[in-house]
Amino acid sequence: MYSKPRILTILDIVTSLLFITAVALVFFYAPLEAVMGQVQRVFYFHVANAWVGMLGFLVAAISGVAYLLKADRKWDIVGLAAIEISFVFFLTAIVSGSIWARGSWGTWWTWDPRLTSAAIAELLYAAYFMLRQGIEDPDQRARIGAIYAILSFISVPLTFISIRIFRTIHPVIIGSGAASAEGSFDMTTKMLVTFMFSLLTFSFIFADLLWHRIRLGRLTEERETLRLKTLQ
Amino acid sequence: MTLLPQAEDQARRKSSTQGVGRFIRSLTAIIWKDLAAELRSRELLSAMLVFALLVILIFNFAMELDARARSTVTAGVLWVTFAFAGTIGLNRSMAMEKDRGCLDGLLLAPVDRSAIYFAKAIGNLIFMLIVEAIILPTYSVLYSVNLFKPGLLLVILLGSIGYVAVGTLLSSMAVQTRTRDILLPILLFPLIIPVMIAAVKASTGYLQGVDFIDIRPWLNLLAVYDVIFIAVAFMVFDYVVEE
Repeated sequence: MYSKPRILTILDIVTSLLFITAVALVFFYAPLEAVMGQVQRVFYFHVANAWVGMLGFLVAAISGVAYLLKADRKWDIVGLAAIEISFVFFLTAIVSGSIWARGSWGTWWTWDPRLTSAAIAELLYAAYFMLRQGIEDPDQRARIGAIYAILSFISVPLTFISIRIFRTIHPVIIGSGAASAEGSFDMTTKMLVTFMFSLLTFSFIFADLLWHRIRLGRLTEERETLRLKTLQ
Repeated sequence: MTLLPQAEDQARRKSSTQGVGRFIRSLTAIIWKDLAAELRSRELLSAMLVFALLVILIFNFAMELDARARSTVTAGVLWVTFAFAGTIGLNRSMAMEKDRGCLDGLLLAPVDRSAIYFAKAIGNLIFMLIVEAIILPTYSVLYSVNLFKPGLLLVILLGSIGYVAVGTLLSSMAVQTRTRDILLPILLFPLIIPVMIAAVKASTGYLQGVDFIDIRPWLNLLAVYDVIFIAVAFMVFDYVVEE
C-alpha cells in the first residue's frame, strides 16, 4: 500500500519514453500538411487529448454504476480520479482545437456542434467537482457523485446529437466527413502512423496518471482514517 | 411542511394493501400534500410567477422585442423564462421537504421510494404547467403573438416533463449539499441543454409555421430525452435519498 509498486515505476518509464517518441514523431516524422502547414501538427495530440477525455468520462460512469451496486469506496476513488484527469485533458483538447481553428478556420471559436458539446461536457464535469465539494459525508459524497457522473455521461451524447442536427463545419478525419467540413485532409501513411502512435501514447499516459491518482486517493483515505483514530 | 393528517391517514391505510394500487395511493397522497401546502401558503407559485414576469419584462428591454425580432426569439425568451422560474420552484419544493424534516418522514413511511420521486416530479410539473398557463396568455397579450397552437402546447408539455424529471432528481441531490441554492442551476442547466435546444427549435418551428417534417426530429429528441431520464431517475433515486 505505501511503497510504490514496481510495475507502476516501469509504466512511468515506458510512458515517458512513449511520450518523447510521440513528440518526435509529430515534429520530425509526420510530413508537413500542404494546405494548413505547421498548425496541422496540433491535430495529433488534439485528438489524443479528446480521446483520453472521453475515455475518462466513460471510466467514471462505469465506476459510478459499480459504486452504486457495490457501495465500495474504491470505485468512488476511481471515478473521481478518472474525471479529474479527463477534465484536464479535455480542456487541453478544447484549447489545442482552438489554436488549430485559429490557423485553419481563422477564428478561435465557432458555435459548431463538437465545440459546443465539448464545452458543455467540460461544464458538466466542473459542476461535478462543485457538487462533491458541497458534501461533507464521504459515503453520501460518493453516492451522489456517482449518480451525477452517470447522468452526465448519458447527457453528453444527447447534447451532441441535438446540436448535430445543425450543419457542422468540424472536419471528420476518421470515417467519412461532411462535404461542408472545412480544414479536412487525407492522411498519408506517415500521418496515420503518427496519429495512431499519439493515441496509444495518450492511452498510456491516462492509465499511468489514473493509477497514480487512485494511489493518491487511497493514501488520502488512509490518512483520514489514521487521523480519526488518533483523535479518538 | 409537516405531513398533513390526511396524507398520514392515507399512508397508514395503504400499508395494509399491496401492489400498483398502493403505489398510486402513496403517489396521490404525496402530490396532494404538496398541492394542499401550496394552496395554503401560495409562496412557491407566486414567487415563480412574479419571477417569470420579471424575466419577460427584462427581456423586453434587453432585446428590443419589436415585431420582426419577436418571430425569431419568442421561443427562446419563453424557454429561458420557464427554465429560470422552474429552478426557483425546484429549489423551493425540495428545500421545504428538507428544512422541516418532512423528507425524513416520507422516507420512514412504508412507501416505495420511487413513489416519492414520481410524486415530487408530478407536483413540480403541475406547478410549472400552472406558471406556463399564466405566462403564455400574458405573453400573447403583451406582444400580440398567438401562442395557442396545439403543436406548441405539446412541445411545452414534453419539454416541461424532461425539465422536471431531471430537475427533481438534481434538486434532491443539491438539497443535501452545503451550497444547495446556487448549486442547482449549475448542475441542472448543462444537463438539460438537449431539452432546451430541442424545445426552442420545435417551438420556433411551430410559431413560424414550418412543415411538420422539419419539426419531427426535435419532437423525437424531446420524447427520447424524457424517456431516458425518467428511467434513469427511477433507477437511481433510491440511492439519492439513502441515509
